Amino acid sequence: MSSIAVESECLGKRYKLGTGAPYKTLRESLPAFARGAARRIKSLGSGRATEETFWALRDVSFQVKHGEVMGVIGRNGAGKSTLLKILSRITWPTEGRALIHGRVGSLLEVGTGFHPELSGRENIFLNGAIMGMRRAEIAAKFDEIVAFAEVEKFIDTPVKHYSSGMYVRLAFAIAAHLEPEILIVDEVLAVGDLAFQQKCLGKMSEVSKGGRTILFVSHNMAVVEKLCQRAMVLHDGQIEFQGGTEEAIQHYLNDMLSGSRGGSHSFDLSQCDDRRSNVGRLLKRIEFYTDDELPVLEGIRLGAGLKVKVHFDLPKPTRNFDVGLGFESMYGQRIFTAHSMFEPERPIGERVGPQVFVCEVPSLTLMPGTYVVKIWLDINHAEADLVNLAARITVLEADYYGTGKVPWNGAVVMRHNWYLDQ
Amino acid sequence: MRTDLTHSDATIQLSTPPISTVILEPRKPFWDLELGHLWEYHELLFFLVWRDVKVRYKQTALGVAWAVLQPLLATLIFSIFFGRLARIPSDGVPYPVFVYVAMVPWQYFANAVTESSNSLVASQNLIKKVYFPRLIIPMGSVIAGLVDFGFAFLVLIGMMFYYGITPGRTIFLFPVFLLLAVCTALAVGLWMSALNVQYRDVKYTISFLTQFWMFATPVVYPSSLVPARWRVLYGLNPMAGVVNGFRYALLGKAASPGPMIWVSAAAVAVLLLGGLLYFRKMESTFADVV
Repeated sequence: MSSIAVESECLGKRYKLGTGAPYKTLRESLPAFARGAARRIKSLGSGRATEETFWALRDVSFQVKHGEVMGVIGRNGAGKSTLLKILSRITWPTEGRALIHGRVGSLLEVGTGFHPELSGRENIFLNGAIMGMRRAEIAAKFDEIVAFAEVEKFIDTPVKHYSSGMYVRLAFAIAAHLEPEILIVDEVLAVGDLAFQQKCLGKMSEVSKGGRTILFVSHNMAVVEKLCQRAMVLHDGQIEFQGGTEEAIQHYLNDMLSGSRGGSHSFDLSQCDDRRSNVGRLLKRIEFYTDDELPVLEGIRLGAGLKVKVHFDLPKPTRNFDVGLGFESMYGQRIFTAHSMFEPERPIGERVGPQVFVCEVPSLTLMPGTYVVKIWLDINHAEADLVNLAARITVLEADYYGTGKVPWNGAVVMRHNWYLDQ
Repeated sequence: MRTDLTHSDATIQLSTPPISTVILEPRKPFWDLELGHLWEYHELLFFLVWRDVKVRYKQTALGVAWAVLQPLLATLIFSIFFGRLARIPSDGVPYPVFVYVAMVPWQYFANAVTESSNSLVASQNLIKKVYFPRLIIPMGSVIAGLVDFGFAFLVLIGMMFYYGITPGRTIFLFPVFLLLAVCTALAVGLWMSALNVQYRDVKYTISFLTQFWMFATPVVYPSSLVPARWRVLYGLNPMAGVVNGFRYALLGKAASPGPMIWVSAAAVAVLLLGGLLYFRKMESTFADVV
C-alpha cells in the first residue's frame, strides 16, 4: 500500500463561458445547427470561430498522505469547489489526472437526496446508500446516527415535518458516520446551532485522529487551523501556496487583501469580490487615520485614537442608513464591533449620493497584532452591502500603561487600576 | 503518542478491504461502457427504485389502484369503440382480453419512458453533489415501473380466468418477451433522458411520441391487419414484437409472431447499444449542464 492517498498531476478544468442558459432547446438548436452547417459550407477552411472558455482550475499538482488532513482555502471563485468536484468524480477534468487510493466519501452538501415524503428512518438508508454506504453498514450504525442527530422520537415521521434544525442534524449525522478512507468536506460545519457545530467539530477531529484522510474546504480559518496539518491556497484556479496551515492562512489573508499589501491606509472596496451586495456595490473605500488625521501606514500604536472613514453611495434619498465595522482576529473571531446605530447623536437628515461616514475610536485597545475589518452598510434596517475582509489594520506595541511593560496575552487591553483595600 | 497512532493505523488496515485506486482522467474512450462498475452500485439502484415506488404509492390517493385503473379504463374505452363499434378483429380472442394483454406491456413501456426521460433532470441535485454511475437513474425508473406492471398483470390473470383462457406451453417464453419490453423501455429511456438534459423541450415531445407510437403498435388491432409482406419490417418497432409476443405467450391460441420477433430483438439491441453509447458520451457533461 502506498502512503499517498490523493495525488494530483497538473489537473485542469476548462469551462465554456455561458451564453445565458446552460442548456439549449431543440427548437433553438436545430435551426442553429442548420445555419452552422451552411456557414461551414460557405466558408470552408476559413478557420473555426473560437468559443470563449476559461480555466476554473489549471496545473494543480499536490499530494495528500494517508491520515493527513489537508485544508483547501481561497477566495470565492478560486477553484476550490471545482477541485473537490473533480476529486469526488462529479465532473471530469479537462487535462491532467489524479490518482485516488482508497474509497472516497464526499460531503459537498449534507442531506443530498433526502426525500421529504420519506421518514427519518427511510431517509437514513436512502441517503446512506447515496453516499456510498452498504446496507449492512448503515444498519450497523443506525442507532448511533439517530442518537447523534437527537431525533429518536421522530424517526418514523416524514422529514417534511422536521424542523430545519432536525433536518440538518440528521443529514450531518449520516454524513459523519460515513467511513471512507478519504473524506472530502466542503463547508458542512456551518450548519445547525452553535452547540451542534461544536459537536460536529468534535466529530471531525475524532475522524481525523482515527487515521482518515480529509480534504477540507472552509472559509472559517479558526476551524482550518484547528483541524488541518497542511493547507493549500488556491488563487484563480492555481495553487498559490501549499505547506503549513498557519503560513497558508497568512497567504490567504494576503491574497484577500491583495492590492493593499504592505502599509496602506486606504482600501479600495470596489475590487473586493468576497461580498454580499443585496442592493449593489455601494461601499467604495475605507481609510484609516490617527486622531491627528495622519494616515495609518505601518500600523497604529496600541491605545492611540483611530479614525475610520467609510466612503459609500446612497442610491436613493434616505435617513435610515447605518454602517458597521467588525474587527476580527486573523482566525475570524470577532473582537470588537463598531456600529453607527450605537451613536446617540447620529445624523438624522436625509442623504443621497456619495457619503463619507467617519467612525472615531478615542483609544484603540486591541492587543498588538493584525486584524481584519469586515464592513457592512444597512439601508432601512436591511443589509445593503457587505464586504468580508475589507481591510487590514495592525496594532503596534506601545507603552500603554506607562510602565514600560507591555501586555503579552489576551484579546484586548483595558485601562485598570490596582490598589490595596485597607 | 507515536505508538498510539501506529496502532490505530493497523486496526484500520485490518478492518478495510484492500485499497483500490481510481484514476481520474479527462475522458475514457467512449466505447468503454464500464458496465462492470455498475454492479458496485446495485444497492443504490435498489434504494432508488424503492424510493420511487414508495413515494408514488404514498403520494397518490389511489395508490396501487392507479396502476390497475389506467390500463383497465383504456381497455374499456377501446373495447367499446374499436371492439363493439368498429368491429376490429381480435384473432378469435375476446376483444377486452385481446386489448388488455397488450395494454399491460404498453402502459409499462409508456410510463417507463416518460419517467426515465425526466429522471436525470429530476435528480439534478444528486448529479451535482454525489458520484455514482449516472446510468443508475434512468435504469431505476425503468425498473420501478415493473411494480405497476405487476399489479396490472394480476388483473390480467383474473381476466383470463373470467374468460376461461388458459395459456399453453408458450407461457415459458413470457419472461423473454418481458425482458424485451424492459430493454425497449430502457433503450428509449436512455436516449430521451440524455437528450432531455441537453435540450429541455424534449420532454414535451414524449407524450406525443408515446401516443403516436401506440397506434404504430398492434395494441388495439391485430398485426394480422398489416399485409404479410410488411410484417417482418413491422418488427422494426420493437413494441410490435413485444405485444405480439405477449399475446403469443399468454393467450394460447394466438399466432406465433414468427421472424418478426427476431427483427424486434435486433432493433432493440441496436437501439440499446446506441443509447448506452450516447448516454456514456453525454454523461461527462451532465453535472456541468443539468
